[in-house]
Amino acid sequence: MKTIPKILALGAIGFCLALSAGSVVAQNDPIAQRKALMKAIGDSGRAPAAMLKGEQPFDLAAVQSALKAMQDAGKQSPALFPETSKTGGDTAALPKIWESNADFKAKLAKLESDATSGLAKITDEASFKASYPDILRSCGDCHRDYRARR
Amino acid sequence: MRKFVIAALVVIVGGLAAFFALTAPRRAVAEDPALEQGGDVERGRIVFHAGGCASCHATPRQDNRLLLGGGLELKSPFGAFYAPNISSHPVDGIGRWRTVDLANAMLAGVAPDGAHYYPAFPYASYASARLEDVRDLMAFLRTTPPVEGKARDHDLGFPFNIRRTLGLWKVLFAPTPAPLRDDPAKPAAWNRGRYLVETLGHCAECHSPRNGLGGIVAGQRLAGGPELEGQGWVPNITPHGLKDWTRGDLEQLLDLGLTPEGDSVGGSMTSVVRNMAQLSKDDRLAIADYLLSLPPREGPPKPKR
Repeated sequence: MKTIPKILALGAIGFCLALSAGSVVAQNDPIAQRKALMKAIGDSGRAPAAMLKGEQPFDLAAVQSALKAMQDAGKQSPALFPETSKTGGDTAALPKIWESNADFKAKLAKLESDATSGLAKITDEASFKASYPDILRSCGDCHRDYRARR
Repeated sequence: MRKFVIAALVVIVGGLAAFFALTAPRRAVAEDPALEQGGDVERGRIVFHAGGCASCHATPRQDNRLLLGGGLELKSPFGAFYAPNISSHPVDGIGRWRTVDLANAMLAGVAPDGAHYYPAFPYASYASARLEDVRDLMAFLRTTPPVEGKARDHDLGFPFNIRRTLGLWKVLFAPTPAPLRDDPAKPAAWNRGRYLVETLGHCAECHSPRNGLGGIVAGQRLAGGPELEGQGWVPNITPHGLKDWTRGDLEQLLDLGLTPEGDSVGGSMTSVVRNMAQLSKDDRLAIADYLLSLPPREGPPKPKR
């Protein structure tokens, strides 16, 4: 009769291990993590970009997943630029991130809030065309100062 | 011995005379009362954005691109340049300039006092600007707020700190100033695109490799190369580097900064995008069409990182 609690206990242990393994990866490789977040923005952003160009029909779900990728990146990135991650991997992060850290974090917060308000505002093709371009225009504010050109 | 001294003197004096003759600043545009009248502010605003004036002359570390107090540092292999104040301030800016002064600055790289400008100011491109555009630009610049304070002097090593030597640079690398004429065999949009790319937009100034004297390598014009200011790489924007790009992709990049891969451009291109976003969509498409019409040119090899 103890089988079910055992399975549950093992499951719980396994779950905790999986979680901690996940957080170990996060702590050990913030460069890979933050790059994955940026890549998710790029990958999910291609469909909305094609919609703006008129190459693809409007698809609200695709726009929302692009905005969610931005929201995620804005939310998670501040923790992914510890002082220890200036170098050590293949990174285009510039030292200015740590020199002007308050500004850098403010811009990440703006990324998150822009994406959040985009999710609320964009409900159809007209609101997409009205609001989405300005969200994209902000990307350069960080890439200008904080990302190396390669 | 005496003959030798005389011969040596002749060579030295002759050489100096030749140097002075070759390096003398030459204006391109004569005074003309018609140039000083009129000028369309709204058209001048387009010239201002197409020419990218704010990218260098806007006061750094603030967001108003019409505060043209200068001071931005431009690093180069020759030293550091500091963009001057081109606000309407009568003393520190160019508030007292006439259109002819702006025309000679832009087309010939010659200051009102007759001195050479350094080619960090892209007069080798502006050399083919149309005088009516210069007049409209002057009208627009007069509407920008006066900003007090001059930018600091350039910080350059010898012999680049001697402005007179720029006369030689101009002989070698700057075209003879002459307004660009439309090619009647090509569509109007292509001609507009060429004017925006080659003249006002001065794209080749960053998107081309340069030789040891800072001259653009003609055969690799717009074919990309190392960034002058730092460690980065500036992409090839001839069809060689734009293989999978459509005109819509290029228009979107110029409007929003977005690449077809879903990346957003960085570095000094962010400022170019802010300029280009102020132009009409037709103008951005004209730029795209012109770039895609160029012969594919292979640039210098990009180093592996």
